[in-house]
Amino acid sequence: MSFASERNYLQDRGGAWLIALVTLTIVVVPILNLAVPPESPLHISTYTVSLLGKYLCFALLALAVDLIWGYAGILSLGHGAFFALGGYAMGMYMMRQIGDRGVYGHPELPDFMVFLNWTELPWYWYGFDSFPFALLMVLLAPGVLAFVFGWLAFRSRVTGVYFSIITQALTYAMMLAFFRNDMGFGGNNGLTDFKDILGFSLQSDGTKNALFIGSGIALIAGYLLCRYVVDSKLGRVLISVRDAESRTRFIGYRVEHYKLFVFVLSAMMAGVAGAFYVPQVGIINPGEFAPIVSIEIIIWVAVGGRGFLYGAVIGAILVNYGKTFFTGAFPEIWLFMLGGLFVVSTLFLPRGVVGLFHSLKKSLAEGRLKQEDEQTPMAEEKA
Amino acid sequence: MKNSLIKVCLFALLVGEGLIVSAFSAQARSEEPSLRVASDFATVVGGLTSKSFKEKARIIDELTGFEDQRVPLVLDALLNGDLYYDKKSQDIVILEKVEGDYLATEVVSGRERGVVKKRSMKKVGVNNSLRRQLRSRLAAFRLKSDDRELRLTAAQEILKAPSREFLPALNDALSKEKVNVLREALELARAAVLLGSEDAAERLQAVESMADASDHRVVTMLELLLIQDDQGEYAEPDAAVRAAASEALVDLRTRAKIYKFFEDLFFGISLGSVLLLAAVGLAITFGVMGVINMAHGEMIMLGAYTTYVIQLLMPNHIGLSLIVAIPAAFVVSGLFGVAIERGVIRFLYGRPLETLLATFGISLILQQLVRSIFTPLNRSVITPEWLSGSWQVNGMLSLTYNRLYIIIFALLVLFALIQLLKRTFFGLQMRAVTQNRAMASSMGIRTGWVDALTFGLGSGIAGVAGVALSQLTNVGPNLGQSYIIDSFMVVVFGGVGNLMGTFVGAMSLGIVNKFAEPFTGAVLAKILILVFVILFIQRRPRGLFALKGRFVED
Amino acid sequence: MEGGIHIPTNILYMDGVTVSFDGFKALNALSLVVAPGELRAIIGPNGAGKTTMMDVITGKLRPDTGEVFFRDSIDLTQYDEAEIANLGIGRKFQKPTVIESLRVEENLYLAMAGDRRVFSTLFARQTPQQKQRITEILDLVGLAEKTVDLAGSLSHGQKQWLEIGMLIIQEPELLLVDEPAAGMTDHETELTARLLRDISGERSVVVVEHDMEFIKALDCHVTVLHEGHQLAEGSLARVQEDERVIEVYLGR
Repeated sequence: MSFASERNYLQDRGGAWLIALVTLTIVVVPILNLAVPPESPLHISTYTVSLLGKYLCFALLALAVDLIWGYAGILSLGHGAFFALGGYAMGMYMMRQIGDRGVYGHPELPDFMVFLNWTELPWYWYGFDSFPFALLMVLLAPGVLAFVFGWLAFRSRVTGVYFSIITQALTYAMMLAFFRNDMGFGGNNGLTDFKDILGFSLQSDGTKNALFIGSGIALIAGYLLCRYVVDSKLGRVLISVRDAESRTRFIGYRVEHYKLFVFVLSAMMAGVAGAFYVPQVGIINPGEFAPIVSIEIIIWVAVGGRGFLYGAVIGAILVNYGKTFFTGAFPEIWLFMLGGLFVVSTLFLPRGVVGLFHSLKKSLAEGRLKQEDEQTPMAEEKA
Repeated sequence: MKNSLIKVCLFALLVGEGLIVSAFSAQARSEEPSLRVASDFATVVGGLTSKSFKEKARIIDELTGFEDQRVPLVLDALLNGDLYYDKKSQDIVILEKVEGDYLATEVVSGRERGVVKKRSMKKVGVNNSLRRQLRSRLAAFRLKSDDRELRLTAAQEILKAPSREFLPALNDALSKEKVNVLREALELARAAVLLGSEDAAERLQAVESMADASDHRVVTMLELLLIQDDQGEYAEPDAAVRAAASEALVDLRTRAKIYKFFEDLFFGISLGSVLLLAAVGLAITFGVMGVINMAHGEMIMLGAYTTYVIQLLMPNHIGLSLIVAIPAAFVVSGLFGVAIERGVIRFLYGRPLETLLATFGISLILQQLVRSIFTPLNRSVITPEWLSGSWQVNGMLSLTYNRLYIIIFALLVLFALIQLLKRTFFGLQMRAVTQNRAMASSMGIRTGWVDALTFGLGSGIAGVAGVALSQLTNVGPNLGQSYIIDSFMVVVFGGVGNLMGTFVGAMSLGIVNKFAEPFTGAVLAKILILVFVILFIQRRPRGLFALKGRFVED
Repeated sequence: MEGGIHIPTNILYMDGVTVSFDGFKALNALSLVVAPGELRAIIGPNGAGKTTMMDVITGKLRPDTGEVFFRDSIDLTQYDEAEIANLGIGRKFQKPTVIESLRVEENLYLAMAGDRRVFSTLFARQTPQQKQRITEILDLVGLAEKTVDLAGSLSHGQKQWLEIGMLIIQEPELLLVDEPAAGMTDHETELTARLLRDISGERSVVVVEHDMEFIKALDCHVTVLHEGHQLAEGSLARVQEDERVIEVYLGR
């Protein structure tokens, strides 16, 4: 008899494949980029490395969303906010690293502050010259926001679409706030012109490959963490909350505590994804808080298959590859496609491509069974 | 006088019968002014080609004697430096610069000459003293006009730049003016003029008459009197005038505060009406049917584009096109709504999160559709005249017509909707279906159709909201997005499934937003509202006017 | 739950409980007392307030007025659903609600008495004793064959049994059971009645039911609710002779 906690990693074939593939990618791609000469057809450009790195960050973000949506039924339309907060925390560290190499050459203040005639660093920028502190903030900034927001919302039993709408309002409000210059996060332009991270130049191929590998490791770690959570008894409680919230309460589980736990965990994962994303794209601005950004994450998960952790990863990579391809080739069509994806995936692929694959496999197996049944006259009694 | 008499005599001697002619013409002038106008206006205006400023000053004075529509045009053009004359024919023309070209209109004949070379024209120059004279004469001329609006503008112009030279014209106008509002404006202008008087008694009189006025400029004028310079000398030397001024200021400031309050209230209500218009359709689809329609904003956008297209089709009837656009937008957005309901949403009933995502996809498609057809550029819809301008209640309070109409329009839409739901058979069916689908179905109501029509109704109302919004903002593909979050906030705040709640929600959010703005700035006010609603949902997850009882099941 | 040293006089004590929705009184000064180990049946026509009463006891609804005490001293109006469940009150719903996308055994595992704090469940490991207990209950409710099936694939009656199993494994002191016999065969109904009788004695059981055969099989005290208050109480035979009950039930 296989059981809850015994339904372990070994049985998670999709996950095993995923980890193997990601591992392979983060080993092979840097080799093809650094060791293979540019003339060779096998060479992978540094641009592609950063692009792939971006996809890995998105995959981690999708994983975070799948954890709450696929397993606990919490549809957050504001996860871009947590992603962006993690990104800003990392961006602030890299801004401080610029030091006096900025356009205005101020030893302490980032350029945009000098431009605004500020004379002192705002208090909330203190400490960001330290990498460990910045890393802590990558987790804490989204974590604390998610905790406060989630505590308020879940305690009052704001659920379903109501929760979705207020998370959208949350990220919208954050966007408006970050657009303001006097917030001290660079306003409209956000944070950019980064020079280096931990002393390594962001322009060098080595750093870019390292960031790519880091993103891959973060994705694998995120996957294993989610897998652990989902396979634990707590994961069962989450599913129970998703399917029958009120019933779960009557069994004696404090639903709001469980939701809060998983929401904060998910927000922190999104923050980590943002922290890996920003050095690879070189900029973070309030546009990341736009509601559309958050809602796009949802479609990655929906296309991949919510409730399957590796489905979220597949969805994120598929949709983003499609986006890169179509916005390059037919920019007009992309929004039609994206819009169509929303409609098609909700109408015809309620469990995404992974779900489709599973049900195909199942119906194939059943078909085979049926054929066998037809051959044996005892079939009906067996059924 | 003597001089001109001699001239006339000379003229008579020369021409013989001339005297008789001029006597005739003098008579004609008293009986039929147009006769004189026709003949002499051209001559007098023609004199402006003179280089002498003195001569020009004389001509300006003479021109104000004519009761002719062309006089203010000429004076105005002269003041603005748009008056030229043809170097060859010496005709006086007004030049208008249109996209780099100069269009000329002959002053005397009113004939349009079309595009001309600026080099062939010579400007009629003016100096500062002439400008002063022009302003005062223009004002005087307008103060005598038959047009009320023109008289009012003239009085306000004087108030803006009071000067003693207007005094005779003002006194003259005051003695004839019968309309109360205009009298007040004239009195105010006169007081402003007198405030600059040398005579302390006149100034005191001016200050006292100002105390009753409701105008921001008066406040500034009186404040100027009380300013102290470095030596501690007041701008107003007379203590009695100063005392009167500070007394008047107390009154004026209190009144200003009251009017400011009303103005804020008006703005708040008008913003609330916009929110109401945007949200009331949502109150049907989300509130009554429980369908989360993220494409609701795009229904508004479609309505706005319908207005734009109809205006393109009827370029000569801007006002009428707006009226036509209301049903048209209702139909266009309504049909889109029905199509969306039949095509997508009906497969997703009972799955709100999926509905949310699918309709969001539809919103993206519609946005891109509009972008492909109309380009991503903003289109501006022309506002008909009866919607532009403002209702000047007094100097401290003016209400713009477009906002005023939007308030009325929003209330009409709400009223019509309530009537539709309460009084019609469709409304009855709709309420039946939303309250107990199975029962309604077994009573023979075609629930599928009722769903489609209800959704169409909500979408159609959104389209109508788009017509109204096209008068306030530019029409662009993102128009709807800016309202969708606000609309949801209103519906959630007001309480789902309750039109009165939507009304109260919209108005309170609108008013709170406007009153918070001066303290926080527009963006922060918006953020605060969002935070407020988020916190509010914590307290009352089902809104202000929540339904209770056994039908509320989660 | 502290080991039963102190035996309360009443396991449940409700007095003057009123709940109204927009003027309609779903419960109207309802009083009800249940003794430890008692089996009590509650009957009443539709809209009599049976479900509302359960909602009040389990913390889903707060009464407008009135007192609700558990074990003499615990004021239930101060707690929410989860806390009340942890105090030792279990509830079975009218419409069977099991966690459809979890296996039958997992449903029982979640319902099993134990530490329900977030981090304890995150690191929880199933002990052999727990596994043993789940197997026992599965045998008891006749679902041993279905152990690894998804709960959603069960028939209506099987879901009823699973829910009863979940209620038992939760080990509450007071069981509130809403229409357990709905959708069951006569044989199953009889089994359920016997099961509930067995449970009572050790625990208190309050059963809401329409099925008179079932009530008869329970052989216990009956409370009749009507329009939110108690109309009659006593043995089934006595209640059936009560004029007011006959009037309400038969409309005479």
